[in-house]
Parts: sequence; structure tokens; C-alpha cells
Amino acid sequence: MSPTEQPTMSEYRRREQSITLAPVEEQLGALGDTGTDDSTHELLTLNFGPHHPATHGVLRLLVTLQGEIVRDVKPIIGYVHTGIEKTAEDKSYWKVIPVVERMDYLSYYFNAMAFCGAVETLLEVDVPKRAQYLRVIHLELNRIMSHLVWLGTSALDLGAISMFWYCFREREKILDLFEMSSGQRMHTRYFQVGGVIEDIPRGFAEKLRGFLAEMPSRVDQYRDMLNGNEIVLQRLRGTCPLDAGTLLSLGVTGPLLRAAGNPWDLRKADPYSSYDDFEFKIPVGTAGDNYDRFACRVAEMYESVKIVAQALDGLPEGPHITEDRKVALPPRHELATSMEALIHHFKLVTEGMRVPPGEVYFPIESPRGELGCFVRSDGSSKPARVHMRDPSFVNLQATAPMVKGAYIADLIATLAMLDPILGGIDR
Amino acid sequence: MPDATGLELIAQELRDAEGAGVVTDTLFFRDRATVTVQAMRIRAVLAHLRAQGYAFLASVHGVDYYPHEPRLGVHYELLDMSRVDRITVKVRVPSDAPEVESVTPDAADGPGWPTANHQEREVFDMFGVVFRGHPDLRRILMPEDYEGHPQRRDFPIGGEPVIFTYNEREAYPSGRTSGASTREGAGA
Amino acid sequence: MKREILSGPGAGGRPTSAPGGTTDLRVRSLNARQLLRGGDLEGPNPSAHLEGADFERYVEESVMTTTLDKAVAWARSNSFFPATFGLACCAIEMMSIVAARVDVARFGFEAFRASPRQADLLILSGRVSIKMAPIVRRIYDQMLEPKWAISMGACCSSMGVFNNYALVPADKFMPIDVHVPGCPPRPEALMHGVLKLRKMVQDDPDMGWRERYGARGTEEVLPGA
Repeated sequence: MSPTEQPTMSEYRRREQSITLAPVEEQLGALGDTGTDDSTHELLTLNFGPHHPATHGVLRLLVTLQGEIVRDVKPIIGYVHTGIEKTAEDKSYWKVIPVVERMDYLSYYFNAMAFCGAVETLLEVDVPKRAQYLRVIHLELNRIMSHLVWLGTSALDLGAISMFWYCFREREKILDLFEMSSGQRMHTRYFQVGGVIEDIPRGFAEKLRGFLAEMPSRVDQYRDMLNGNEIVLQRLRGTCPLDAGTLLSLGVTGPLLRAAGNPWDLRKADPYSSYDDFEFKIPVGTAGDNYDRFACRVAEMYESVKIVAQALDGLPEGPHITEDRKVALPPRHELATSMEALIHHFKLVTEGMRVPPGEVYFPIESPRGELGCFVRSDGSSKPARVHMRDPSFVNLQATAPMVKGAYIADLIATLAMLDPILGGIDR
Repeated sequence: MPDATGLELIAQELRDAEGAGVVTDTLFFRDRATVTVQAMRIRAVLAHLRAQGYAFLASVHGVDYYPHEPRLGVHYELLDMSRVDRITVKVRVPSDAPEVESVTPDAADGPGWPTANHQEREVFDMFGVVFRGHPDLRRILMPEDYEGHPQRRDFPIGGEPVIFTYNEREAYPSGRTSGASTREGAGA
Repeated sequence: MKREILSGPGAGGRPTSAPGGTTDLRVRSLNARQLLRGGDLEGPNPSAHLEGADFERYVEESVMTTTLDKAVAWARSNSFFPATFGLACCAIEMMSIVAARVDVARFGFEAFRASPRQADLLILSGRVSIKMAPIVRRIYDQMLEPKWAISMGACCSSMGVFNNYALVPADKFMPIDVHVPGCPPRPEALMHGVLKLRKMVQDDPDMGWRERYGARGTEEVLPGA
């Protein structure tokens, strides 16, 4: 209920009325459902406010309930809108990378990859093979980390609270690896236009191998713990299924689509950054219910471990960033001897790189689906438009069809399995 | 991606199917195909492309081409999953009459694209492009009573001055805002 | 015969007491128990065997006096109930302090309450947009006194990376006690901020560093103060 209820309400406020006493048939008829004709009940519109422990972030849902059955769900977003795209227009290209990283805050390497890929396409600059493999290593580690956080918080929502601590224990190991390679745990700004900012240090490979050796057994433990939990199975099996056709018309991609049976994955369909050098499988579900979404993501963790192992084994020698001095900073030892290096360094740091005018859309496969970055350049050193097509923003539209007719508890489970990240939704 | 000749073929097919004036421009840039069409014919164009196989609408986003006119643009990224083909459809509208047909609803001329629902609302919120026929066109990211369209190029970026102790008094003239130090009365 | 017991360290935030002197309470109650050695410890009332000055000394040594404020502040500071209030990226690092590596349960703060009525610490973790600011303020108003707020991260402390139309610094609409810088702050940094708040609540805001470093006279004096 809005505390500030003016006598003349806007159309928006009128639609948000909390309790409506209209007879059930009228309301159900408005929702397109001619279910029961029990006119002694009424529909209740409940506000799952932005501050709620079970909505993953500041998501507000207006849920219309008939008893415990959800009849309609209206998501209201914008509570963490940060104006990232507008801020990005104000900064030079390499300064946009940390801004854009903070969008989908669990998959920061993917945000940076999408943006760097778009700018590299505009610049027509080649990324060296070693840099591509390093990018793949960090991207897949980030995928594992994102799925671990998803698993921990979803199990927390479902009541299997111990999973949270186990998943965050593995997450700490991955963050240690990120800290080793770039100095930061989150939002590392490791990916730069043309490659990565620094080569991996000594000891990184050993630590990574140690992590990869024990990770599959950990994922086994988590999978067995939840698969043996009758409550989790009852809450996930058979709840809120949605077929692949409806998902495609809603624009849903990623594990949600794969759980419904459609094996669409940009890493296989349209490989970028040397993904075609690696052998891995795409887990695909059958029923498209919550259990399949859960199982798909857990299986993806195994596949990501395989990809990282292959990338680490096959890591070629070479530069870690492009040699084009107009795009990438020259190595520091050159600044003492070469005048051109000094000038390039100066230009890049003060003004930034100049990108030829054009527009490009660069899609990649993030842990939540197709993450695309649209960059429009007008020839100057600052982008004229940066738009991130965030998978969670589009996937959120699937919430309403999924939960119509299910119980509230299934709504919570579905929200958890949807894996929305509000930073990406609101940007 | 369709190559340059493929793009021209698609444009020609569109002209044959929808009328000569519907396609205003084609562009093949960095191996990506873009077709610019008229704003009020976008539904028909997308339906035609859907029949050609581009059945997945990946993204609907707006661009402000200030100071070039027509100023506001809306891009539709289409994807053909079976052939792994992408094509971009662009419309350009002037800022004094920013109206585009909405591709969201199912209408008499064919099924719509439900994925465009929130995305068109975002373009409306950020750029002010009005989508005719959208079932629920209202602001999605900004507060519902916000005035202005933030991502237009002439909208100021805004921001607050960072508060240090030297400008704390001017920023908060009513007194110190820190809770504990006002309560406990601790030292400077 | 009294056992030689070395006195423990100074109070350091613990409520100190008067009668028995300034040594640690534990030391003094051990001393007090020594006085009973002469009596019958297995009986129903051991202290009944003490008389007169011995009995008074026993009572003095086992009693701690303090101001009520200090005792209450000590209790409050060791049992913050943080509100679950994750907004953006900093929320993930806030979840990390609940996790096992930097364990906030060591200090007694693991009881994150979902309802603001039951919480007394609001850790604002993440960027506060203009749409969210009135809601944050409403949540803060719903919390009962005494309540504290930690602004975690650069975005809510001082606009952070995104100094633009969409964000509000938390200082603008609610009183903040501790600002934790970082983007996002490491879990150790957030823990440091929480412990700093704990010290502040125990009424020792600058933790005596001005004495320790001989820095009296370096307080910032603002014009017109």
C-alpha cells in the first residue's frame, strides 16, 4: 500500500492497488483465466518489495494471488539503475572497461569481454593467441564462480543453508586465483582492448592445477548433497516448466533455454576467443522445469573445469596483448629507450585510443545467456553509445509465464533458478 | 552473417515484398549486415525476416545520433539460430515525432515478439521513443515520475560533488549527519 | 598465602570497576576465591565461613561496578543484528564475510535479520539509485533505536565510479556512522569497518590513537566550529 495516497491517483498508482475486492471471475477473466467460479474469494496483490531476502537483489514483484496460487506476476525494476551506459559515454575506451564490468556484478570478466570484443571488432585489431587462452581461462573460472554463488544463494532460498558455506569456500579459492593474476578479487579490469593487461605470474599455473584437481570432486559432493535432499527435489522437480518455443519468443537464452531442450550456446555456435580449440559438451535438459535448470548449471561447472584444464595445458607462448601501440600501452622498459613508445604511452593515457566510426554488436555466452555489447563509435576517443544487452533483463520477462498457476514457494524456487542479477537488469 | 551480396538480396526481397520505399539504407560493416527501414513498417519487415529464418530477436536498443538528424534510432538485432546468421534492422526517427510501431503485441498482421516488451519500455524510458501499440508503455528503469530522457546525448550526465570535510558544512548546513558522533558527542 | 597472579592487560573497552582496584576482574575474582580456601568449600554456603573484614574483602573482590551506559554499550556492540540489505556488487562481498574465511560469527554478528524491526545495523552495500533512496530511508526509519549504519563501498559513501544522474550518496538522506572505502571492499576491509563501529559503540571512537602517537593538537579545526 502506498503510504502517500493522493486523492487523484495517476494511472500507474491505480494499477498498483493493493487489495481489490472485485469478484474473482471478473479478475480472472481480465487475466485470461476462466478457472473457478467461487465468488466468495478475492484476489490479493502482494508486494514483494525491493527489500526482500529471497529476491536476488533489489527486485520488486507485484504478485496477484488467489490463496497461495500465483495468478499474475509483474516485475518492477530500476532500483539499482546506475546509468552505466551514460557514464560510459563520458570516458575513454579503456576507462569504460571498469565501468561496464560493474554491470552484471557476478560475471565481470564477461562484461569486459563483450565490450573489449566489440571495440576490437571496430578497431580490427588481432588479439594474440596467448591472450585469447588467458581470456578463456578467466572467463570459465568466472563462470564456475558465478554458478557457485548462484548455487549457494539458491540453496539458501530453498532452505539447504549449508550449501552457502561450501560454495563460498570454493569461491574464495577462485578469487585467490583472480587476485594472483590481477591484484583484485572482483571487478579486476584484467581484460583490456587487444588482450589482457598482464601475463599470469609464476605460481598461477600450479595453483590453478591444484584447484582444477579438486573441483570436480567438490561439485560431486554438492550435487550429491542436493540430489539426496528430498525437500530440494520435491521443490524443483516438475515445478514451473516452460517449453523452448515460448522461451525463444521471450528471448531467453543460456541455461534456461538449454534446460528446456534447445542446445544453443554461443561458445559452440559462433565461437569467439578460441573457444573452438577446446572440447567440451553442452548440458541440455529435457523437461525445462526447475530441476533441469539446476542440473544444467551444475553440469556446466564440470565442463568449465575441463575447458580451463585444456586451456592451461595448451597455453601458447607469445604476447599477452596486441603489439599495436596505438591500442595497447607499450611495455615499460621501452619507455626509457624509444621516443615513439613514450608518445604512444602519453596519448593512450591522456586521450585514449581513437576508434574508427561505426557500430558493432558483439554477443558472447555469459553464465546467464547471451550477453551482447553494442558500441557506436564516432571516431573520437570516447564511445558515442555503449549498450549491454543483458541476459537477465530479457530472461526476467519469462518469470510471469513460468509461475502462473504455481504456488508462492514455487515462485521463490523459480526466481532462484532464473538466476537474475539485478545489476545487469538495471544497468 | 550474410555477406555483402546476401545483404543486398535480402534488401531487394524486402523491397519486393513490402514496397520500394521501405528500405532506406543497407550497410555491410566489419562482416555485419545492417538494413535501415522506415519506422512505421518495422512490424512487416520483422515478420518478413522471421519468415526468412531470423526468428530470434536478440536485442532492441536505442541510439541517439545527435547532432545528425533523424536523431533517434532503434536497432533490432535478429538471429537465425539454424544458420547462425545475424542481421540488424535499424529505424531512424526525428526527435520531434519519435514514433515507431511496437513489435511486441500480437496484432492482426501476425504474431508479435514478446521479448521486445521490456526492451521497448527501456528505449522509451531512456530516449523518449514512443512505441505505438505497446501494451504497457511506461518507464521501467527511472522512477515513474521522472522528467527527461537520460540517455539522450544532450541530457547532462549529472552527479554530486564528493563531500570532504572542507565542504561538509556547505553540503549539509543543518549539522553533522554522522549518527554515532552526534549521539555520543565524541571528539573531533 | 596468596598466589602471585600477574595482572592482566587494561580494560580496553571492557567496563572497568572501582573497589578492588584497576586490575582485571578475573584476576580479582580468583583472588577473592583464595579467601575462601580457609573455609569449607563443599558446604552449602562457603562464604558463610568468612567473617568481618575478610567477608567484606571477598564481596569487594567479586563485584564489578560500572556505569550502566558502558555495560549496555558493551552488550550492544557485541551483538549487532545486521539487516540483510544487499544492493549490488558489495553485497557479494558482504556475503563473503558471512562465509567461512572471514567469519563474522566469530564476533557474534551472524544473525542477519530480514525484518528491519529486528535489526540494528544497516550495512548499505552497493549503489543507491534515486529510485531506491526513499526505500532505504524507509527501512532505516523502521529500525528501532539504537541503530547504526555502515556505508560499504565507494558508491554509497561518495558516488564511487558512477558520479551521475542516477545515484545518491547515502550521506544525503541518512546518517552514516562508518564509511568503508573500496570497490568492492575486501571482506577483511568490511570486517575492519564493522569492528571500528564496534569500538565506536563502546564509546572509544578514535581508539586512543592520539594518546598512543602523541598526536594531541592535530585535531582538525573547521572554520566557524
